[in-house]
Amino acid sequence: MMISARAYGDNGKMKEHHYTGPVEHKFSPYAFNGGTVLAVAGEDFALVASDTRLSEGYSIHSRDSPKCYKLTDTTVIGCSGFHGDCLTLTKIIEARLKMYKHSNNKSMTSGAIAAMLSTILYGKRFFPYYVYNIIGGLDEEGRGAVYSFDPVGSYQRDTYKAGGSASAMLQPLLDNQIGFKNMENVEQLPLTLEKAVQLVKDVFISAAERDVYTGDALKICIITKEGIREEIVPLRKD
Amino acid sequence: MLNTSTKTLTGGFSFENTRRNAVLEANLSEKGYSAPNARKTGTTIAGLIFKDGVILGADTRATDDMVVADKNCMKIHYIAPKIYCCGAGVAADAEVTTQMMSSNVELHSLSTGRPPLVAMVTRQLKQMLFRYQGHIGSSLIVGGVDINGPQLYSIYPHGSYDKLPFLTMGTVTFSLPPFFEQTQSEQNLEEAKQLVRDAITAGIFCDLGSGSNVDLCVITEKTVDYLRAYDQPVQKGLREGTYRYKPGTTAVLTKTVTPLTLDVVDESVQVMDTE
Repeated sequence: MMISARAYGDNGKMKEHHYTGPVEHKFSPYAFNGGTVLAVAGEDFALVASDTRLSEGYSIHSRDSPKCYKLTDTTVIGCSGFHGDCLTLTKIIEARLKMYKHSNNKSMTSGAIAAMLSTILYGKRFFPYYVYNIIGGLDEEGRGAVYSFDPVGSYQRDTYKAGGSASAMLQPLLDNQIGFKNMENVEQLPLTLEKAVQLVKDVFISAAERDVYTGDALKICIITKEGIREEIVPLRKD
Repeated sequence: MLNTSTKTLTGGFSFENTRRNAVLEANLSEKGYSAPNARKTGTTIAGLIFKDGVILGADTRATDDMVVADKNCMKIHYIAPKIYCCGAGVAADAEVTTQMMSSNVELHSLSTGRPPLVAMVTRQLKQMLFRYQGHIGSSLIVGGVDINGPQLYSIYPHGSYDKLPFLTMGTVTFSLPPFFEQTQSEQNLEEAKQLVRDAITAGIFCDLGSGSNVDLCVITEKTVDYLRAYDQPVQKGLREGTYRYKPGTTAVLTKTVTPLTLDVVDESVQVMDTE
């Protein structure tokens, strides 16, 4: 290594540098716990799927920590990001759902839950919940609905959306297989429940190959007018 | 002395851009971007001396930040006929360092007329790594058999080394030594292979930076057994759907045909493996 002459003082010794001002120790209130969520809306069904791995840094905290939370008989929310904020946010949503039910004598619809979540998230615009949310459920007409959010409450209704650590790997695949993007001369059949479930399983198997935060197991919540059914599929554990 | 308007040439690392990079990183991190990182191997590597020789073990995952870049890379590198080296840390550094060592060792052994010593490899490696003050980010486990018997050394990026009958390195260093505390150097081959396999498997499952298969390299006085994919504790999931595209799926925007006036001399057909 070459050192310039300016590093030496008049006495021939190297100059000492001491920082004498205040020192700021950075404490980060957030942690990244990994995990991927995915939601797909069909003609008369909705799917919300998530992996079940909870990690931090290079370690695994739990192999059985699903990220889908059931809100009502027709709505499931998937939350990934900072697990502490996921837990608090779902507690708050559940409390607000109860309050609504007691005041209005009916359950909240998916669209209403989405609108409410947007206001809850924006309420902490200057110290956000570090959570990527996706709501999946049936709307008032019984059609599948997916609402995707950013950490501060911007949302929109989608047909399909992936969120979390492997979202950048899953979203393009869904765009191609469900949205038929970048394809010609392909029969655009409407998405059936069986095809959607198969696609979600395959897509998570692929994500687990390349994303270190995704793996262990996949939990799919299938929402139809009959109710909410769960399916669990094992994924790579490494 | 001439007023230096010409810069003196310095070989090796150039640190001119460090200040600019620090400023850029500070500005960019406000917008949420981070500077690109060198690809690290994540990694779990281990070495063990048993009755007849040395066993080296490694996982096979290479990561680019937290995305798997290579699912089946080789982390056990050849240095000399009876000396192999496991590399953790920055993938390029481990690869190039061991290749350079391999060349140097061959030249040295031609010059001395004797087979190389593991201690010699270790000394050359540590002297080089110390010279680079830790900027070459490779942690290595060197194991081999020479005239003094089986030996195992670990070398850290800043140039320090340890000589031990058992070694573990990589991101899960703290969880593996308990496995190895149970070893005795009088173990036989099968027990020793099983122990190293268990240790690497623990890393594969518990460390996000390690995964895929277990590679082993068994070095004895008589033979070297490079067991690539000795164990595959994780199977790739089976996809149910088919994702093949029929010809014509991708839109053709323009087509230009340029005929070449050539004579056909010979024709051979090689069938593509489409499944």
